[in-house]
Amino acid sequence: MTHSLTALDLAEARDGLTARKFSARELTESYIRAVEGARPLNAFITETPERALTMAEAADQRLARGEGRPLDGIPIAVKDLYCTKGVLTTAGSHILDGFRPPYESTVTEKLWQAGAVMLGKANLDEFAMGSSNTTSWYGPVENPWRKQSERHSGDNRPLVPGGSSGGSAAAVAAHAAVAATGTDTGGSIRQPASYCGIVGLKPSYGRCSRWGVVAYASSLDHPGPMTRTVRDAAIMLRAMAGHDPKDSTSAPVPVPDYEAALTGDIRRLRIGIPHEYRADGMPGEIEVLWQQGAEWLREAGAEPVEISLPHIKYALPAYYIIAPAEASSNLARYDGVRFGLRVEGESLDEMYELTRAAGFGAEVRRRVLIGTYVLSAGYYDAYYLKAQRVRALIAQDFAAAFERVDCLLAPTAPSAAFAIGEQSDDPIAMYLNDVFTVPANLAGLPAISVPAGLSADGLPLGLQVIGRAFDEAGVLRVAEVLETAAQFRHLPAFIAGGRG
Amino acid sequence: MSTDRMIEGRTGKWETVIGLEVHAQIVSQAKLFSGAATEFGAEPNTQVSPVDAAFPGMLPVINRHCVEQAVKTGLGLDAEINLTSVFDRKNYFYPDLPAGYQISQYLQPVVGHGRVVLDMPDGSAREIAITRLHLEQDAGKSLHDQHPSLTYVDLNRAGVGLMEIVSEPDLRSAEEAGIFLRKLRSLLRYLGTCDGNMDEGSMRCDVNVSVRHPGEPYGTRCEIKNVNSVRYVMQAIEYEARRQVELLEDGGSVVQQTRLFDVGHGVTRPMRSKEEAHDYRYFPDPDLLPLVLDPAWVEGLRVALPELPDVKKARFVSALGLPPDDAAVLVAEQATALFFERVAAGRDAKAAANWVTGDLFAALNRLGIGIEQSPVSPEQLGALIDLIANGTISGRLAKDVFAEMAATGADPAAIVEKKGLRQVTDETAIAAAIDAVLAREADKVAEYQAGRDKLYGFFVGQIMRATQGKANPALVNQLLKQKLIS
Amino acid sequence: MALDRATVAHIASLARIRLAEAELEPLANELSQILNWVEQLNEVDTSAVAPMASVAASRLPMREDRVTDGDSPEAILGNAPRTAPSGGKAGFFAVPKVVE
Repeated sequence: MTHSLTALDLAEARDGLTARKFSARELTESYIRAVEGARPLNAFITETPERALTMAEAADQRLARGEGRPLDGIPIAVKDLYCTKGVLTTAGSHILDGFRPPYESTVTEKLWQAGAVMLGKANLDEFAMGSSNTTSWYGPVENPWRKQSERHSGDNRPLVPGGSSGGSAAAVAAHAAVAATGTDTGGSIRQPASYCGIVGLKPSYGRCSRWGVVAYASSLDHPGPMTRTVRDAAIMLRAMAGHDPKDSTSAPVPVPDYEAALTGDIRRLRIGIPHEYRADGMPGEIEVLWQQGAEWLREAGAEPVEISLPHIKYALPAYYIIAPAEASSNLARYDGVRFGLRVEGESLDEMYELTRAAGFGAEVRRRVLIGTYVLSAGYYDAYYLKAQRVRALIAQDFAAAFERVDCLLAPTAPSAAFAIGEQSDDPIAMYLNDVFTVPANLAGLPAISVPAGLSADGLPLGLQVIGRAFDEAGVLRVAEVLETAAQFRHLPAFIAGGRG
Repeated sequence: MSTDRMIEGRTGKWETVIGLEVHAQIVSQAKLFSGAATEFGAEPNTQVSPVDAAFPGMLPVINRHCVEQAVKTGLGLDAEINLTSVFDRKNYFYPDLPAGYQISQYLQPVVGHGRVVLDMPDGSAREIAITRLHLEQDAGKSLHDQHPSLTYVDLNRAGVGLMEIVSEPDLRSAEEAGIFLRKLRSLLRYLGTCDGNMDEGSMRCDVNVSVRHPGEPYGTRCEIKNVNSVRYVMQAIEYEARRQVELLEDGGSVVQQTRLFDVGHGVTRPMRSKEEAHDYRYFPDPDLLPLVLDPAWVEGLRVALPELPDVKKARFVSALGLPPDDAAVLVAEQATALFFERVAAGRDAKAAANWVTGDLFAALNRLGIGIEQSPVSPEQLGALIDLIANGTISGRLAKDVFAEMAATGADPAAIVEKKGLRQVTDETAIAAAIDAVLAREADKVAEYQAGRDKLYGFFVGQIMRATQGKANPALVNQLLKQKLIS
Repeated sequence: MALDRATVAHIASLARIRLAEAELEPLANELSQILNWVEQLNEVDTSAVAPMASVAASRLPMREDRVTDGDSPEAILGNAPRTAPSGGKAGFFAVPKVVE
């Protein structure tokens, strides 16, 4: 139906701009309309069309002079966890009402330096805590996908896009952005990518700078790209990655040309199949898809190998001690004094307590309380230290596996997208959505989700490739082979069925 | 153990046990984890980075120079340097602590056990053990007196590097605590790692006090926070020890609590915080990695340390022959020691010491200034000493010359010339003066020759008056004796 | 580990989050459930391994002692809900008075 500019992926748009088939302004205007059209999804908290046009015009001037930068004119959505100078930055929370940062995050600064255009700030679970984008102060995000009514009578409820980077995923999937930035602390890039049928890459820890990204759990937060294709992810990662002296945990390693690494050749690579990556009640179709994935890789000349990660089932509980602990400390700064919401009180402590009670949602409050508890006197050894020891064991499991294989293949999530409201009563049920993604966060390893097939209800399912530290190139290469084999050409109802 | 420091109570003698935690601001251009400036006295919130103000997404990066200063201080304290140390978050809420946590070091500080040697008034040396030194951020300033219902917060100081230096509870009196603090301050100034300026808050002290009967285990202690002068530390200790003794002798028990020293009333009183027992929930800061120091780098710092007071004092005694008391006075402040060394270079060290600790100190006290602002330079003082040594001027008149030097900053030679104070060494002239006096006082001469020896001093005085004090005393004696005999 | 209401109230106080009376019981149940769930970590023998605080393997990088920031009170005070002036562009954050 469409020769619409918004149907082009990043590489295609880049090539079209370079060849001057259309201008950056035209491309951005198409996306501004697409963003407006996608409002029913609630994927954006703040739209920045004027700024986008200004940036597009600057890109056009550079392109006209033949001085095009790698992402010139490419319209992207920025997860509202990244501080953008002078532009409202909320972290999806009431407690950051009105906050306009006087600084730009390192990663977004790099993207603007590369010529990208900012369409707006994407919705997210509050403070990146969640796997459904239903905890945002700004309301839930809808997945552009719906269950296919031919297959399942009547159930046309809106679905979650996954989280926490739900707005980013929905925007990319609905063609309301070419690409988006996300962050992944327990799976928040990969799981929504899987639910929305797009590509989501969590790089190695320290690969992308955390400076200017609102912190949730410092040792687990990973900024990364969300795109339509693996090639697009490679292009975005190259622009986003790099050592930052302002972030002490930033890795002092050079950034390779990821696009050039997409050779398509994975012959003789050994692909680990971790047999513990199975969850109770996981639909059989996911197991089938996983085996299909292994088969695709075998056909491409790689060698699937069964491996064991014996402690992997403890990754999730370890995560739900470590992440809340770090978060409880990182979120102490939200106190009504220097920015954001303030609820007045008779005393200072009352002001703190009322501000934070009003400003934080239920999930954030839950995690801050758990985190405070597990760090408190008498419990630190039993919980926090214990969890960090288990973390060390999980890292050892991966290290041992990588002596036998080059990367791992696993499902991304134990299910497809579920209906908004379906899991909201049971926090632990919500936490289990991250069971396959969390291990790579604990170990700081690069991992990508690639849309590989549809569920029985016609919803996207992703497969995950996990690699050695700083081997994003290898992970991308294997992922592209999967992508080629999977030929996932489906589009969500929101686009295909006619837009609003 | 000396019992004269103890408190005499109804139930016997009480020993005061004191431990000090000194917070010393690190001398550096920029803060410990950010690039904002550290200078004192700036307009509020003008020396604040978004990192210091704990804005969303901000991250700490450690200042190498601050680490160096901490290690140098550790070396100066003769302490173990821990090549691996860890930064921890100390979590609590207060408006001058923007992040809701302070970056500090808990279980693995950068410096371990060390010591400070005190020069006691009776000439003995007493060693006080240092438990540890760690790096941490300073907090901002809360002003509670600017508004009836608001506290104002200035974050200029938030994030400035501090060294927390903790002593073992080895101190046994307020006096000892005072000596310890002065010694520590002097050491830090020698090292250039802290300016020790308690008025400006660059050195502050938390004082832990408990009491016990000698030989018993330690009693419950109270902590008196943020005392900002040596005098107040001593007063606070005196008061608190007595308070605890009275409490215990009345049958009560000491409650472990945090107290403040009320300067106006000279008493300690409990702090009115809601939570007495803070649960700081320490954990390693995940935004930082372990601090790992290169042993060669540490060794390089050790080799480059300046000569420290204890070593300098020993050298003054052994190489320069100074009495230990004088040496101690000269090394107490590095500026004094350096001044003295320049005066003493190539001269009689004892003379130099006497002039510095005598006339110079008196003049500085009178003018209310420190030796860094001395109107007399070391070279000028040295020149004055030379003039005495080579007989140009008498010791007595030199004092007058010095007073003039202090008042005008002029060189001694110029003053001597201008005032005509040159010592008279011309034997003929002295002989003539003596003859004149003896002729005038002929009857007293007769008395002297008859046995009244005391009149000798009278004759000397008259001769000095007649020569306006300029006659060389040795020559006067020599010639006067000759003439009196004949 | 079962948390009781008093513990939840204490934790909330440490975290400076006001809880209504009516919330204490349900929260205690919820948090207890989560803590019980994470306690499965006790099944793991961790005696032979040290806690892993960070996956970043390098040592702490250090910066030069130069003033590179500050001197921008507008940026620091610009988002504050309440400030008090002090002359020029400088000023204070203002909070309810603390009694010491």
